[in-house]
Amino acid sequence: MNVAVAKTGNGRAVSDLFTSAEGRLPGSPSVIAARREAFETYERLGLPHRRIEEWKYTDLRALVGEVLPLAANPDAAALKRAADAVKAHAIAGARKLVLVDGVFAADLSDVKALAAEAGFRTSRETLEKDAGLLTTAPTDAVISLNAAMATDGVVLDIADGAQLSAPIQIIHIATAASASAFTRSQVAVGKGARATIIESFVAAGAKAYQVNDAVIVSIGDNADVAHIRLMDDAPDAVNITSQFVTVGANVKFNVFNMTTGAAVSRLQGFFTLAGEGSELSVNGVNLLQKTEHGDTTLVVDHAVPNCVSREVFRAVIDDRAHSVFQGRIIVRPDAQKTDGKMMIRALLLSDEAEADNKPELEIFADDVSCGHGATAGALDDSLLFYLKARGLPEKQAQALLIQAFVGEAIEQIADDDLREHVIGIAERWLERRQ
Amino acid sequence: MALLEVKDLKVRVEEREILHGLTLTVNEGEIHAIMGPNGSGKSTLSHVIAGKPGYEVTDGQILFMGEDLLEMAPEERAAKGVFLAFQYPVEIPGVTTMNFLRTALNAQRKARGETELMVPDFLKKVREVSKSLNIPQDMLKRGVNVGFSGGEKKRNEVLQMALFEPSLCILDEMDSGLDIDALRIAADGVNALHSPKRAMVVITHYQRLLNYIVPDFVHVMSKGRVVKSGAKDLALELEESGYAQYEDA
Repeated sequence: MNVAVAKTGNGRAVSDLFTSAEGRLPGSPSVIAARREAFETYERLGLPHRRIEEWKYTDLRALVGEVLPLAANPDAAALKRAADAVKAHAIAGARKLVLVDGVFAADLSDVKALAAEAGFRTSRETLEKDAGLLTTAPTDAVISLNAAMATDGVVLDIADGAQLSAPIQIIHIATAASASAFTRSQVAVGKGARATIIESFVAAGAKAYQVNDAVIVSIGDNADVAHIRLMDDAPDAVNITSQFVTVGANVKFNVFNMTTGAAVSRLQGFFTLAGEGSELSVNGVNLLQKTEHGDTTLVVDHAVPNCVSREVFRAVIDDRAHSVFQGRIIVRPDAQKTDGKMMIRALLLSDEAEADNKPELEIFADDVSCGHGATAGALDDSLLFYLKARGLPEKQAQALLIQAFVGEAIEQIADDDLREHVIGIAERWLERRQ
Repeated sequence: MALLEVKDLKVRVEEREILHGLTLTVNEGEIHAIMGPNGSGKSTLSHVIAGKPGYEVTDGQILFMGEDLLEMAPEERAAKGVFLAFQYPVEIPGVTTMNFLRTALNAQRKARGETELMVPDFLKKVREVSKSLNIPQDMLKRGVNVGFSGGEKKRNEVLQMALFEPSLCILDEMDSGLDIDALRIAADGVNALHSPKRAMVVITHYQRLLNYIVPDFVHVMSKGRVVKSGAKDLALELEESGYAQYEDA
């Protein structure tokens, strides 16, 4: 009997990705069995493509083609480069947890300071015993691939009532070129706790690498949490991140994503409002240039009554870049008095820039207030002329208007220092444009 | 040397000629009023001097302190000392007035090879000027012109004029949309800025504004040309007789 073997563009068998990595993947035999099953799912589905509705605008087969082999464990030289990157990207005062090429780097992290306030383990340690971390719903091929291949990550346990005195910053650093890093992390925030989690994705000299990250977040009742994600990968990198978030009752959860790098990126966030009286705010800015492709896909599921969700997104698209925003708000039959709103605006800086905005409302309750808006357009010539007539050169006039445009989303970050940090990232992006 | 020399200027907008050979000379410190009916080309002249895109100069020239103004980008003209007070100042949400003023002032100073103004010096200057124009400080923290009344927008233009210290101010229909009190405050601001070195070109449809800003010269425009020039009394004559007599000129 002949069995057709799925091949990648380079003629490598898809299954090589797993078999060549298997010895390095943490897990007891039962965990490895779960991984193998996840890999088989991925193998059967392959990379998502445009005929799958959720991936219509981000055809990974066309954009990425092939999943690169697992990056080697970082050696001393790689860790040295990573240490420099940590210095450059660490947020003042934050407790750092550093992952280098998908492997936790204890020496670069502030484990001791963190341990005083929050429970911490690596995903590697967790997976040695238990496959629970590998299970998520919903799932798709890239998530299955992540479950199969995840080498490490961080598992944070913030106790009920804990008031973290400093933000936690998880820094993903790529040092290995033409290789993949798979990470899977979990953050559990206890009842009444207050915490700020920052995630940064950066390169330390690496090119053409791929990141596949998954984060599972649960937030207990009455907690107040901010989650800031800063994706600043190398210009030729690929970053696919999946977030799974469950929100309890009377929670304030404020999420912000900033995309300023990667040739191909997708942030897919699945948020479930599972307790009444919560306020979820998910916002972000994509700054895209050259031929970058940046996709933000969000599903906000109002499973219970009396919750508020807000989504404010801004995309600035230059050259031949392509921005995708897909936002779905689901209101379950019981979720009366839901207040869900979503506003996405795209600014096109060139004739060849492209924006696809797809808002979707699925409402099964009858007493709700939901709405969405999407716009795409160029900079206003009359505003540009006004600024030029006051002495601003073209690029500077544009920069001022772009800052104002993205400001509406950045304003949603409550913490003054973090907001200033994000404004700084936007300013540097604009300076690079000039 | 004249401050501004417009010589036989011909301007087209989308194939249609709007200015058919306009000539105007403004010297340092002079106040000129340009009057005329709607569609006579008054605003076109102000836009071409400021460098607004969309106008094609087919003939003639504009010299500013002897230099060819038409060769310069709008921002270069601003840095050289040309200031257009807009008929309809735009609203810029998300850019605070304070940030805008500082960015613009420093861009002009940089273009002239001067050092940037330090923040305390800048703030001091803004506070002085805004106080004299009766502009509350909280207005400066809001987005440029966002939610401003007509009078506030015009005062914001005068505030910029005071900060940027141009040598030529063109006021395009400054009186439009203003009640008499708002007009007086704006005009007082303009008069305070008039100096032997700073010239003003006041573009207006009505004589009313010229009760507050008294011109040295009045020019009547009709159909893209200056058809009559005279002293300030000409404005009063126009108020009596109207523009009809010039329509066939």
